[in-house]
Amino acid sequence: MKKPGFLLSAVTGALLSMAGIAATGAAEPLKVGFVYVSPISDAGWTFQHETGRRQMAAALGDRVVTKFVEQVPEGGEAERVIRQFAADGYGLVFTTSFGYMNPTIKVAKRFPDTKFEHATGYKRDKNVGTYNVRFYEGRYLAGIVAGSMSKSNTAGYVAAFPIPEVLMGINAFTLGMQSVNPKATTKVIWTNSWYDPGREREAADVLVTQGADVLTHHTDSTAVVQRAEDRGIYAVGYHSDMSKYGPRAHLTAVTHHWGDFYTRLTQEVIEGKWTSRDVWGGIAAGMVSLAPINPAVPKEIVALVKDKEEAIRNGTFHPFQGPVRDQQGGMRIAGGTTISDEDLLKMEWYVEGVQGKLPR
Amino acid sequence: MIRLEPRPRASKAMRYLSPVIAAALTGVCGVIFSALAGLDPLDTFYAFFIAPIDDRYGLGELGVKAAPLMLIATGLAIGFRSNVWNIGAEGQLTLGAVSGGGLVLLFYDSGSAWLLPGAVVAGAIGGMLWAAIPAILRTRFNTNEILVSLMLNYVALLLLSYLVHGPWRDPEGFNFPESRLFPDSAMLPVILADTRLHLGFLFAVAAVAIGWVFVRRSFIGYQMRVAGLAGGAAEYAGFNRARMIWIGLLAGGAAAGVAGICEAAGPIGQLLPSISPGYGYAAIIVAFVGRLHPIGILLASLLMSLLYLGGEAAQMELGLPSAVTGIFQGVLLFLLLAVDLFVNYRVRFKTTVVEEALS
Amino acid sequence: METATAIFLATLAAGTPLVFAALGELVAEKSGVLNLGVEGMMIAGAVLAFLVAAETGVLWLGVLAAVLAGAAMAALFAVVTLSFQANQVAAGLALTIFGIGASAYLGLDYTGVALKGIGPVDIPVLGELPVIGPLLFALDPLVYLSFVMFAAVVWFLYRTKAGLVLRGIGESPASAHAIGYPVIGIRYLAVLFGGAMAGLGGAYLALAYTPLWVEAMTAGRGWIALALVVFGTWRPGRVMLGAYLFGGITIVQFHVQAIGIDLPPQVLSMLPYLATIVVLVLISRHAGMIRINAPASLGMSYHPAA
Repeated sequence: MKKPGFLLSAVTGALLSMAGIAATGAAEPLKVGFVYVSPISDAGWTFQHETGRRQMAAALGDRVVTKFVEQVPEGGEAERVIRQFAADGYGLVFTTSFGYMNPTIKVAKRFPDTKFEHATGYKRDKNVGTYNVRFYEGRYLAGIVAGSMSKSNTAGYVAAFPIPEVLMGINAFTLGMQSVNPKATTKVIWTNSWYDPGREREAADVLVTQGADVLTHHTDSTAVVQRAEDRGIYAVGYHSDMSKYGPRAHLTAVTHHWGDFYTRLTQEVIEGKWTSRDVWGGIAAGMVSLAPINPAVPKEIVALVKDKEEAIRNGTFHPFQGPVRDQQGGMRIAGGTTISDEDLLKMEWYVEGVQGKLPR
Repeated sequence: MIRLEPRPRASKAMRYLSPVIAAALTGVCGVIFSALAGLDPLDTFYAFFIAPIDDRYGLGELGVKAAPLMLIATGLAIGFRSNVWNIGAEGQLTLGAVSGGGLVLLFYDSGSAWLLPGAVVAGAIGGMLWAAIPAILRTRFNTNEILVSLMLNYVALLLLSYLVHGPWRDPEGFNFPESRLFPDSAMLPVILADTRLHLGFLFAVAAVAIGWVFVRRSFIGYQMRVAGLAGGAAEYAGFNRARMIWIGLLAGGAAAGVAGICEAAGPIGQLLPSISPGYGYAAIIVAFVGRLHPIGILLASLLMSLLYLGGEAAQMELGLPSAVTGIFQGVLLFLLLAVDLFVNYRVRFKTTVVEEALS
Repeated sequence: METATAIFLATLAAGTPLVFAALGELVAEKSGVLNLGVEGMMIAGAVLAFLVAAETGVLWLGVLAAVLAGAAMAALFAVVTLSFQANQVAAGLALTIFGIGASAYLGLDYTGVALKGIGPVDIPVLGELPVIGPLLFALDPLVYLSFVMFAAVVWFLYRTKAGLVLRGIGESPASAHAIGYPVIGIRYLAVLFGGAMAGLGGAYLALAYTPLWVEAMTAGRGWIALALVVFGTWRPGRVMLGAYLFGGITIVQFHVQAIGIDLPPQVLSMLPYLATIVVLVLISRHAGMIRINAPASLGMSYHPAA
């Protein structure tokens, strides 16, 4: 999939939105800004958000004008960009990386009339809401697929940094595998970078050598799926459907979708119904899903995945449903209970079956 | 046949003109580029150079971004003048933030008025210690300082990453890789109301002044200048090379360290996995664009800061991708280096025969 | 045994882009020119390799484009430093910054494009031999090319008159000029060769190692290549060994991680850099080794009329 010429689309986009202003006349369109941490062409996190922005802009037509700034470093730089949007009269600003949390809160205090939405954070304010996706729901389902396809009972997980969001994914994936394959274990390698294809490939190779026959990743490139294809094993992609990078190897992918959410939120702001809250949407909200499952996966497993997906959707099943033991054998989630959202967000332990020690 | 002829003495006029010519030529490249991209060159120019600083806040931001560049470049220039190539400012900056920030986190609840000055001093020491590694390896074992200081950049970043992912993580921060927010007593005061311009900018201006005095008025500064221009002569005169290496690296390290803690205790207000958006590398360009001269560095850091801000504004206003900023920086530096030729040489058009006879 | 084979192969692959770039830089430095722009030339090679391969569907055209792109970047550097006498350190840094920006711009439309990369060769009988089959006869063609280039560089530098002249220029451009050799011309060629090789290293990354394009995908490997030249005291054999050593340490630290050792991953990731520093120190302690092999005029501008 090739994106259209970037400059051209940006320019025509601006022209179209200007035409929009002229047409509607009375009703000012809402200006919506997006702040991205990496280039929109990163094929991972930012690309999904950019896809969401385009969907929203298309859905709301001349009622909105959207702009984005890419590759904004977290920390001191972000505050200026966020503030600039607010100062330019933007009514709604989406800040799409965890490190934008404190800058967003700071700017929001000075611009009470602008609404801010910060992704993956935990600090809110009168005009700051937060949103995130329950990736772990998708990870659990992907784990079912991986667990059923593994012959060595070992999965390899290439991950960037040991933060709760990544740990949730590793644990949910492992629990998903164990639900169909009780002997299944997961090996983890940390690359210390969201974004270094070379290291991701090296980590993938090492995991294969150590016996993993299905790989997945929580990093931003497609290198792991490509490597699995070359090495003749299976892989689960992340962010978007990566099957074109490994048509044989790609079992499925955990994908996240922001378009509907962005459209809904923006509409709320336009209609004056917006309130500050935390949105943590999963399968039920359509914010996370699985890419089409590889035909090599047995029918009954596909059916099982569908069942579990439905159960998660209607709330009868939770991936972190007790009893769940941690690596040391301690009971973390008692039988008959499910984990609280707060414990999930702070997660700092491995479930039984994840190998290696959690770095601290 | 075009031929270069050395000038009897370096052209003073060209020395000052060449950065201006380079900047103008970069502007020309910008015009051609925007024409190719189908944009109105005037719009591009406005977005890049005017829009970012057309209000008070924008001017403040210009200073916020220029401060670390100015500080680091002034420190580095002292070494560069005597051919001490410290390209590890990024790591020294990180260590400055680590040691200054570490002090703040250690005495988090003290509320002491000494916390901030202490943190700045600790930052300087941290940067100096990190720069002392290539210095000692260079003077004791003759190990190339370019490579050692560069390798240490990666090590410093990983060290900071370890600290904020592990021991220095905010206990109330949902296990995210960030330290606690610094207490107000450890934050640099803002010096221009309604902006983010902080005390660090004055540190940077002070550093420029100190750098100027050092280069122009001190004997060791003179020695280092001579060593840079003519290494053989300096050796002959018995100048102490090891001392120059130490001073060159420590000056850069101290400046970068202060810049690091000023970022943490200024615009950022905490420790994050990454403190600098590449200031340590950009400062090298600033040092050269400023011709290693303190006043030149002051101007060059403002220009470089404007280029960054302009890159962001061009994204917002014109939808230009962020990669364009990097291209402009590279082109500017290249042109400057090329134009520099005319400081020491002039162009003559001669026939080949004469050329042979001359050489 | 299987693990050892796997580590060996992974090391070979991880070291190959470094071998290309470092050998190229070695030749340039032997002529007395220090080009710190390896990272920029490498990334230019990577983006053009991918772009051309994706557009034409011919992988080898991509490789060729990378060679030309690397050389073109080097030419820019050569003009500024050799003809215009600019400071080599500053020009090299400018080249890197320019290369990263320009490649990001050129590659905008190519992230997310899938490409079947250069795979291992398929040698019928030899490739199926036990143990040595996969180790020696089932590598990808660019790895073999890196061996060939290594042999070529050794042969050129130490077995040909031209190589002797090049090394002589690196030692003393003034004397070489006095004897009548075109110092600037030969340095131009050496720098262009360095650029072409860095471009090859980039092509290996974008077409074979991880067949994809993302911004800044060289991730500092150009800088490592620079360190390897000093690390190897300007000797091709040691430079090549150093490249594999660096690649190997990365692979081994991942193995250690996956086995589950109680060390923060950040500390393990520091190992390749710390090891490089330690080896640099060990080598440079013997001043003699540096003095014998380091080109005496390295990094200094030379103008015949001066």
